[in-house]
Amino acid sequence: MSELVKSHLRVNHMPHILCPGCGHGIIMGAVIRALDRLEIDPDKTMIVSGIGCSSRVPGYMDYNTLHTTHGRALAFATGIKLARPELKVIVLAGDGDIAAIGGNHLIHAARRNIGISTVVFNNSIYGMTSGQYSPLTPKAALATTAPYGNVDRSFDLCHLAQGAGATYVARSTTYHIHLLIDLLTKAFSKNGFSFVEVFSQCPTYYGRRNRIGSAVDMMKDYKERAITVEAARKLSPAELEGKIVIGEFLDIELPEYTAEYQKVVERAMAKKAGR
Amino acid sequence: MSSSRAVLMQGNEACAEAALAAGLKFFAGYPITPSSEIAEILAERLPQEGGKFIQMEDEIASMAAVIGASLAGLKAMTATSGPGFSLKQENIGYAAMAEVPCVIVDSQRVGPSTGMPTSPAQGDVMQARWGTHGDHPIVVLSPASVRETYELTIEAFNIAEALRIPVILLLDEVVSHMRERIEIPAPGSYQIINRKKPEVPPRDYLPYQATEEDDVPAMAAFGDGYRFHVTGLVHDATGFPTEDRREARFLLHRLVNKVQRRRDQLAYFQTETVEDAEVVVVAFGSVGRSALRAVRQARAAGMKVGLFRPKTIWPFPEKAFRAAIARARAVLVAEMNLGQLILEVERLVAGRATVHGLHRLDGDLITPQEILKRIEEV
Repeated sequence: MSELVKSHLRVNHMPHILCPGCGHGIIMGAVIRALDRLEIDPDKTMIVSGIGCSSRVPGYMDYNTLHTTHGRALAFATGIKLARPELKVIVLAGDGDIAAIGGNHLIHAARRNIGISTVVFNNSIYGMTSGQYSPLTPKAALATTAPYGNVDRSFDLCHLAQGAGATYVARSTTYHIHLLIDLLTKAFSKNGFSFVEVFSQCPTYYGRRNRIGSAVDMMKDYKERAITVEAARKLSPAELEGKIVIGEFLDIELPEYTAEYQKVVERAMAKKAGR
Repeated sequence: MSSSRAVLMQGNEACAEAALAAGLKFFAGYPITPSSEIAEILAERLPQEGGKFIQMEDEIASMAAVIGASLAGLKAMTATSGPGFSLKQENIGYAAMAEVPCVIVDSQRVGPSTGMPTSPAQGDVMQARWGTHGDHPIVVLSPASVRETYELTIEAFNIAEALRIPVILLLDEVVSHMRERIEIPAPGSYQIINRKKPEVPPRDYLPYQATEEDDVPAMAAFGDGYRFHVTGLVHDATGFPTEDRREARFLLHRLVNKVQRRRDQLAYFQTETVEDAEVVVVAFGSVGRSALRAVRQARAAGMKVGLFRPKTIWPFPEKAFRAAIARARAVLVAEMNLGQLILEVERLVAGRATVHGLHRLDGDLITPQEILKRIEEV
């Protein structure tokens, strides 16, 4: 483990609960590297999670950390950000957490363009409960609750975040680590709602059941299926089938929610004072 | 210091103004009858005081945002009614487990389900106590007038901050919407309690350090330089999850005992002519007013009748109630539900007197005449 990453970990709370080969540690390392690159003060950084494998990650990170209820991390984070806008607020969430039970909060946090960065650890499965299908499990993939193949269509969360009003949207995988750190650095430097989805291998429950192989095989699979946003624009939907589109989807500036609310406070105080 | 002033005020308005007087700085809510005025008033008033108001996407998110804001150091509240109260329950349990002070107002309407949104009921007595899963501490206060709504709202914040627990303020549609003339007490004439802050430097801070005696841990705010972890999992003094049985037992017992060992201090109630009463009427909230009139009418007619009106519903004011029924041969519980508080009353009476119910559930108030008639019957 690099000294840089280690210096931002609560090593006394290890060993961690993640399985061998799990991609989540790679994402955690990338989050720490991006925060370090931006020289963000850990005392002024708030990391919030819901429930699931990825939601246990903040516990190992030496920042202000809050492990909440299933799906609700963004709602807790909204309260914190509005209460203390000066904090850098980051939500780490799994695909089941953010896209199923917490889907509504994702839509509305993006719509408000509140200054929260959301990082989705997309392992396409409910890992903590041992392998049920999630809204990001591909159609026809196997899961404990989809023994004949998944019937559901899966979300494109980046399109969802974009449609809902996020001002920065990007995707990477645990294989494309340098890209991931760059995207996270950008996401964490935004004022408004930023969203980064990261494909993260779950060899234990997803890879094994779907015969993709080991963690290394799964990361190689990401490498082979990945295509940049720019290259993807030239392909038809049929040609994009099964591809993982990586890179920046959106990067714009719009008024941030807590800054807008501060103007409300100023107006209300002025009105009360009779000005 | 300014003096008190007399105003005509609605129950919901008194609740909102008292919350501000208690130091409220954050409100998150979702529109629902008959509590919406609280949100509307605070949307206007909170930013005037430098506070924050947000209308969230649902009731669950409102409760979550309130907990987040409280952890970030602000006194925080939400307000709702039956259907929304049901939705908030999981996160109310989180507040109990993670020891996050907050106030939840539930203005009761007829249920179950959508029920009768504009009509009063008292069907949330048990949900207020046991709505979230698992054993947990909770305090539930229920006022009968606009003035009392003001007082108990301040008290709800004081208890929440002192004990680091969620406190439920149980109103009903009538108390929420009726208008009465009240004297707004002068600031400084009532006590305001704030959560205990850590006195140790950040490196020595343990967010859940407590003993059986000193059982409410000091609470730092996120962002104040105390980097700590909060979880809804069973945790030890460090705040990190543990599977250790001894730690689990210590935590879960301490949480519940925070309220249990203070139950006499938390006991707010009103009694009327109970000293020699052969029949004691138990009623709370708006029904408490009908009951008071019925008891006075019964006395005027020469009957030895008294009233016990709990303002603290949970924990039920056990000691005071036992004293109030010392000479009673019968206890009559009047409530706008099909029998909830009566279960606690029966438990405490324990066969020493007969217990009778007067339960009405149709969207109308229980009248003094109905109570008087039942007094005559028992």
